[in-house]
This record gives sequence, structure tokens and C-alpha cells, in this order.
Amino acid sequence: MENKKREGSVIFSPYNRGEAIKKVVTISREDVLFEIRESKLKGRGGAGFPTATKWTLVSAAISDEKYVVCNADEGEPGTFKDRVLLLEYPELIFDGMVVAGYTIGAKKGIVYLRGEYEYMLKSLEDYLESMRKDNLLGKNICGKDGFDFDISIRLGSGAYVCGEETALIESLEGQRGEARNRPPYPVNTGYLGKPTTVNNVETFAAVSHIITKGGSWFAKFGTDKSTGAKLFSVSGDCEKPGVYELPWGTSINELLEIVGAKNTKAVQVGGASGICIPKNQFDRKLGYEDAPTGGSIIIFNESRNMLHVLKNFMEFFVEESCGQCTPCRIGNVKLLEGVEMIENSNFTFNYLNHLKELGKTMQVASKCGLGQSSPNAFLSIIENFKDEIFNNGGKNGK
Amino acid sequence: MLVFEKNNMTDEIEQLVNKYGKSRSSLLPILQDIQRKHKFIPDFAQQEVARLLDIHPVEVYSVITFYSFLNTKPKGRNIIRLCQTITCDLAGKENIAKAIERELGIKFGETTKDNKITLEYVNCLGMCDQGPALLVNERVYSKVTPEKAIQILNEIK
Repeated sequence: MENKKREGSVIFSPYNRGEAIKKVVTISREDVLFEIRESKLKGRGGAGFPTATKWTLVSAAISDEKYVVCNADEGEPGTFKDRVLLLEYPELIFDGMVVAGYTIGAKKGIVYLRGEYEYMLKSLEDYLESMRKDNLLGKNICGKDGFDFDISIRLGSGAYVCGEETALIESLEGQRGEARNRPPYPVNTGYLGKPTTVNNVETFAAVSHIITKGGSWFAKFGTDKSTGAKLFSVSGDCEKPGVYELPWGTSINELLEIVGAKNTKAVQVGGASGICIPKNQFDRKLGYEDAPTGGSIIIFNESRNMLHVLKNFMEFFVEESCGQCTPCRIGNVKLLEGVEMIENSNFTFNYLNHLKELGKTMQVASKCGLGQSSPNAFLSIIENFKDEIFNNGGKNGK
Repeated sequence: MLVFEKNNMTDEIEQLVNKYGKSRSSLLPILQDIQRKHKFIPDFAQQEVARLLDIHPVEVYSVITFYSFLNTKPKGRNIIRLCQTITCDLAGKENIAKAIERELGIKFGETTKDNKITLEYVNCLGMCDQGPALLVNERVYSKVTPEKAIQILNEIK
């Protein structure tokens, strides 16, 4: 395990292993849901669905089998906060999963760990084994009669789309990782057709703190609509890249100051599927109400060629589209071709306008989040950096 | 495949099916174990997995071809994957790629003649704060320089 000297008042605040589990077995499920509702915690993967709502739905679903799934398929370009949590704070994640199991009435938890993180597998399994020895997993956990819960880890095999919850469930079931039609939602029809809650690694970590310190404590941090603090994975052109815990509502300017970024031209918020924010909008605030993100912050300084950046993103989506639905499969290829046309100064503005329309169509017509969000980079970079991109016949970049 | 190789493969897959359980949801872990050991999933293995899990071989093939870490054709004994996603790209992945290609005399997507190394690109490895990143089999190397990359190559058996 790496050092534990990370700073933060919420996620990185002091926590003793097993604390949340020991507390949760003494209170009722309704009280757990109450605390989480009080905290106004929203999903940390990026979509921002209220965790309390999801757990209430799963716990209300009638079934003899339910599942807790931890989405550790962290594949969004520029995101690595889960790597830090998994390596340095496994207790927060696993305790949060046990709390979820208690709340919804599940006996099994599954961590879907991305294939690229296989090197963590051994240490995580060892950690689970030590939890079993201390009765934090297994039968009658912490002496609570009838509360059985165990966690297993499953590996992914290098498919970005499996971070989408229904694709992840398909993958767990031994299928191609293709997103399902929704509804029905996993809260009713999830893994093996049973009610399932799929939550992000960081969401479980937040839950462990909420249970020990209270929902109203958590809600004191951040803004009204985006409570608590968020882990930001900061990379790109700055002096101190890394994982930072900051309260929601922090402005991009403030963040750039903290990480030592100079001559910044643009900030990509939310990874390849997020939006590119130009300098004149750096006063925007990170949060669900303004600039939402699963944590990815990529910084570009003045020397960077934004068309090259866009091309890299579009190549990523062309490769990672699962190919199931037409808007995403073909749309991303067409957008990439458009970027190459600009690069070769072989485009017409009318055609580009068609491509923008296509991007908007993909946002509404694609089946899952991948195709719905992949045009974001294209639309925001072309719009925000048109001077740079077009005034130089495409051959820009200083 | 020789008969005894086929028998060995069948034994191996039977053990995997016992370990993970005879259900469709065991398919991926079984395939991952075969891939880890053999560096690819031969046709015969696909048929045996299908037979033992009682599913159609095409189902197995369709799953393998979906995931980029599983493959149906042989690869080198070691797979080197260089992250091509944005931050590693900004951090100079191109220079690393060129250095490795020069040193090995092959291009990305190819395997060395002695079957020792296969070169591939990979999408975001989650090491964006320490790029450029290189995945050698399942081990990650960060802040790679062209020189360090060659050193890593030389250490591979």
C-alpha cells in the first residue's frame, strides 16, 4: 500500500477499518436510507444519480436474491481516482459495499475490476480475506444474526463500454459487453435478472463516511445540489498532477491554482466524453449544476493543438464503440473523418454543420451513454476553438 | 493440435469449469485464465469451453472477439501495451513508440520473429498523472522515457 498522507476533509478524512459495518448493524435499514438521503449523495461515476433513490428502489424490490456491484471499470480517459482508492483505501470501498448489502438485503457483492488493473487483484483479495477473518465479511457479520454477505472480484478484459452499468452486467453474465435497453433498470432486473445496485468505487467510499459521520455532516460540504467533496483526477499540463479531494463548487480557476497549471488554454472536464472548457469560462464551477465530472480533469496549455486533442478523443471512441447501435458505430467514424478533413484542409463549412447536426442526433439517438456523450468533445472543441482550428487552415499548433 | 495437446487442453478446461462453476457467467473468467496461460484462445479450446458450458461455440467466439484482451490468434509470449490516450499522448507516447519499434524492428500490432514480444496500443491505463504508461503483461510502468522503455524490453525474458 502506498502512503496515506492524502489531504481531504471528506473522502480522505480519518476512518477506521470496519467502522461503518460495526455501526450499520446496530441501526435499521430505514435509518441507513435516511442518512444517505440526508447526505444527498449522488453517484460518483459521472451520471450523478441519487444513491438513496437507487438503494430505496433495490431494497423495495421483492426477490430472494439481490446483488451489490461495485463498478471499478474506471476507463474514462484522464480518470485514475479509483486506482488510488483501490490501492490505498480498500477499507472504504468494501465497507461501503457491506453497508449496501445490509441496506438492500443482498448476500453477494461483486467488484468488477478493469482488466488493466489486474496487478491490484492479489492485494485486494488478500484484503477481503483479512476482512473474512475479522468477521467483517461472511456469516452473521459483526454478530448480527442472519446478516451474511461476501464479496468477490471479477476482472474485465479491456472494454471501455463495460463501465456502462448494463454493459457491465452483461459482461458479468458472460456475454459481450453490450448495453441493454432500459427500462427495465438494474434496480429491478440486474445481474442474472435479479435486483442489483451498481455503484461507483468512490460512491461506496463516500457511503462509509456517511454512515460513521452522518448524512448531515456530509451535506455540509459542497453546494446545495452537489453535496460533499469529490476526488478529481488531474492530469495534463500542470506541475502537480494527481488525485485531489476538493469540495464541489470549486471553480476551474481555483483548481488550476492548486495544481500549479500555467498558461492554460483549455480544460477538459469529464474525460473524453466530457466537455472542453476554454479560458474565458474558467470561472465555471465543478458540480452537477454547472460542469459535472466523474473526476477527470485534463489540462491543456497554450502549446497544445486542440484539433490533435479532438482527434485523439475521436479515435478513442471509434475504437471503443461496441458497434451495437448505428448512431454510435457510424457516427463516431464520421466525426473522426470530419476531424481528419479539417486537419488536411479538405472540408467545407456546410459539411461541418452537417456533422454538428449528426453529433446532436447521436446525443439523443444512441442507446447508451457512450454514444450519447461521445459527440460532446467534438461539439465543444469545434465551437470553442474555431479561431484556432479554422484560421490556420487546420494546420495549427504552435 | 496433437492429440495429447488436445487432451491436456480438455483437462485444463474441465478444471477451470469445476473451479468457476458450470454456468454462463463463468465464461469470462475461464477465457481469461486460458488467455493468461496460452496468450490466446485456440479454436479447440473454444469448442471445449462451449461443450462443457453447454453453449454454442459461436457464443464463445463472439465473446472473445468483443474484448480487446482476449484473442483467437497466437501472440508473443509477452504483450507490451503502450497507452495511446490523450495524457500519455501529450506526455510523449510517440517518442516511446518510435524507440521501441526501432529497437525491436517491428511495428505496433506485430510480433517479433522469435515470438517473444507483441506490441499493441491500449486505451487509458489510468496512469494519466504519471504518463507515458506501459503495460507489460499485467505489470504497469509509469513515467516511461524512450531509454527506460528499452531497459524494460531488455529485462523481458
